[in-house]
Amino acid sequence: MASQNNYDAIVIGGGHNGLVAAAYLARAGKKVLVLERRHLVGGSTVTEEIYPGFKYSVLSYVVSLLRPEIIRELDLAAHGLELLPLESTVTPLPNGDYLARWADHDQTRRELYRHSPKDAEAYDEFGTLMYHLAFAIKPILAMVPPDPTSLNPGDLRSLVKLGNHFRGLGEEKLYSLIKLMTMSSADYLDEWFETEALKATMSASGVIGTFLGPRSPGTAYVLLHHYMGEIDGAFRAWGFAKGGTGGVSEAIASAARRFGAEIRTESTVARVIVENGRAAGVVLENGDDIRASVVVSGVDPKRTFLDLIEPGELPGEFVHAIRRFRIRGSSGKVNLALDELPELACLPGRGPHLRGAISISPSIEYLERAYDDAKYGGFSRHPFMDIIIPSMIDPDMAPPGKHVMSIFVQYAPYELDGGWNDARREEFGDAVIDTLSEYMPNLKDIILHRQVLTPWDMEREFGLTEGNIFHGELSLHQLFFMRPAAPWSDYRTPVRDFYQCGSGTHPGGGISGASGRLAARTMLEDM
Amino acid sequence: MLRTTPFHARTSALCQAQNWRRWAGYIAASSYELNHDREYHAIRSAAALIDVSPLYKYLLRGPDAQRLLNRVVTRDVEKCAVNQVMYTPWCDEAGKVIDDGTLSRLGEEMFRLTAAEPNLRWLQDNAVSLDVTIDDVSDSIAAVALQGPNSREILKRASDADLDGLRFFRLTSGRVQDVPVTISRTGYTGDLGYEVWVDAERALSLWDSLVSAGEPYGITPAGMLALDVARIEAGLLLNQVDYIPANKALIEARKSSPFELGLGWTVVLEKDHFVGQTALLEERKQDPEWQFKGLEIEWDSLEEIYNGFGLPPELPTVPWRTSVPVYSHDRQIGYGTSGAWSPTLKKYIALAHLQARHAEPGTELTMEVTAEHQRKHARARVVDPPFFDPERKRA
Repeated sequence: MASQNNYDAIVIGGGHNGLVAAAYLARAGKKVLVLERRHLVGGSTVTEEIYPGFKYSVLSYVVSLLRPEIIRELDLAAHGLELLPLESTVTPLPNGDYLARWADHDQTRRELYRHSPKDAEAYDEFGTLMYHLAFAIKPILAMVPPDPTSLNPGDLRSLVKLGNHFRGLGEEKLYSLIKLMTMSSADYLDEWFETEALKATMSASGVIGTFLGPRSPGTAYVLLHHYMGEIDGAFRAWGFAKGGTGGVSEAIASAARRFGAEIRTESTVARVIVENGRAAGVVLENGDDIRASVVVSGVDPKRTFLDLIEPGELPGEFVHAIRRFRIRGSSGKVNLALDELPELACLPGRGPHLRGAISISPSIEYLERAYDDAKYGGFSRHPFMDIIIPSMIDPDMAPPGKHVMSIFVQYAPYELDGGWNDARREEFGDAVIDTLSEYMPNLKDIILHRQVLTPWDMEREFGLTEGNIFHGELSLHQLFFMRPAAPWSDYRTPVRDFYQCGSGTHPGGGISGASGRLAARTMLEDM
Repeated sequence: MLRTTPFHARTSALCQAQNWRRWAGYIAASSYELNHDREYHAIRSAAALIDVSPLYKYLLRGPDAQRLLNRVVTRDVEKCAVNQVMYTPWCDEAGKVIDDGTLSRLGEEMFRLTAAEPNLRWLQDNAVSLDVTIDDVSDSIAAVALQGPNSREILKRASDADLDGLRFFRLTSGRVQDVPVTISRTGYTGDLGYEVWVDAERALSLWDSLVSAGEPYGITPAGMLALDVARIEAGLLLNQVDYIPANKALIEARKSSPFELGLGWTVVLEKDHFVGQTALLEERKQDPEWQFKGLEIEWDSLEEIYNGFGLPPELPTVPWRTSVPVYSHDRQIGYGTSGAWSPTLKKYIALAHLQARHAEPGTELTMEVTAEHQRKHARARVVDPPFFDPERKRA
């Protein structure tokens, strides 16, 4: 086919960040084309009816810190984004008891008091500190990372601003922040709490998407992210999207289209055309050649720089850095269609707890042992699980009276001993259901359909290298101006007119859209 | 002593928050859960069940029922077909609004009028020499609103009424289980929704049927706080909050004409004589001095104000209903009467009375916000209500 050279920008990958970038570029008047390999947009942020009548949020399942400025600037509410409350977390315990944290402060306090009067008080103080720290680091999420080694005035200005910002925190909070940056979540929480299940459930959030255990240093930092949502509480930065997470992608895609962006699905990009050191367009797998002034990739850094670009076009140093970028997948996902509501042995009956998260994280030791399995090449026999029942929050997710269940499972290493195959996948699914059945006795009897996704499936079906849900681990050496590789953290790349906007760039991780927005901003500066 | 509604045996058992408020001499749940958040989202994303029994309800019967109503309200009741519902205000002789409500034509010679305030005497005074019986059925008729995108499915399951054929602001009758009900496609949320009218003695049985049919569709009992957010989004007025009824206003300045409340569309001046007609005819010759509009408070402006104190924006966690000054270039030109954070629109919105020359949609004004004990002005933009008007409301 003849080449079409009429786009200002091509976005590779219609994941949520790609769509956000496309929307902002189109909003600025650019002619934008989004190319998505699959039959629907959203990337890892999709809702699919895998089993008739039952809608699965296939991979990502809660909205985590979707940037309020994106909701506002793209007017996502007008495009159908509806975020519903996800209010509680219940951790069932092996002894038949449970630990719950509810939306209501007094209710949570009373529940924690039942386990430890001391923890009930510490929890409030901890919350206040986290709120302060989260407020302090919040501006960083909306900032293009400066290059700390650069003498460029723009970078220097950013660095000075950053320095002043942290000085303004005051000594005490600065030390707390440094602790959070360097300690393991288990150690950090030990300084505050004594209830095992509380520490375990809180620290579990620090290891999601990383190949680390709760006792690994650097995991404490992620605790902060959970308080980020409180600052923008009104925007419900944490919550469940009506229609599943695909609802978020649909809203962003609708906004992008309204601004004039064109979105093509089932269009696989084979490679980026580089001419005279500049990106000039893309070649599709079907041979079509589409030209544009700039190209931006929303897919992960490995795929972007090692597959889509001729290695010769990139400096050797950079290629090495990308090769070293840690992207080990560590989690799996199990989605269930259920004939009726599951029952928790520790809290029988239909109750508000079934509208929140259920966390299988009874103790730090439990989590660390789950990690041990994975460290030595197996999947966890008794994994950490973060479970929600989306149909309890949005009844339209399943036929009336029926339910869907979303189970995030960790650990499932990409590098499984002997490798993943269909049999090992189902074996992994069995381990998940067996473990969960210990807490939900009726579970096995009510399963109508089960979808199991391992890191292997995530790579093959969703293009996530090594099945890493964050496009690269969120560990300290891979954050901010190190993400994905210094100094290319400002969304530019060594190839002129070629940009990156995926979760593998700052601030990465979760359905935040921040990478897409910041990348578009950088591109518009250059265009 | 405050009264309880016919649904009280159910609502009181559900009301975890023990958060009640007064409504027309009854107690009404402000929220059932400890926080009204989920109840609000039920209205917009699933279905909410709201006890609206405290409404004043009058049954008007007789050959002159239509004439009486046409004499009192501003809409043309002659145009109201059997099984049709009309929203309407009514005025005093000076053309100032006394109250507003819905009138339902239950038969050729039978109407039901709802009101926020007692209106029996007003109706009777206007019925002199007319052949009409007016009964106060406020206590004998219970009403529950079922509102939200799933409300139709639930009612279809629960009743034998033809709901697919029931258009917006129309009513039908049928049975829920064996309980005779009237179902009107009306509500106070601006969403797809219905109000179900039932003999007070059968109220509990109706409630139970609706809850059991609605359970798979996410039916959630909702209180006044959730309802208030929804009605502000829908730009629906509240008597004694957004306006003062003319018969209770202590000074002239507190009274409003329908034109000043954005209710000009309800005033049919061409019909036979009605209370306030002469004054309203006169008023229509000039532009009204005041307009009732929506305000969208700008997030960036709130952020600036609060960041000045080292704080993130603090938004109202529950809807407010106080008088809040609105300015144009630091001169007060109006006042907000209701406001809320809209979780659906992700906007801070308010309903406000504005001097007409500052009421053009798009006009940049400021509204007072109190941040860290200091009065500040947040930028706000005038919009025409409703803020939220989904297609499903009429579809």
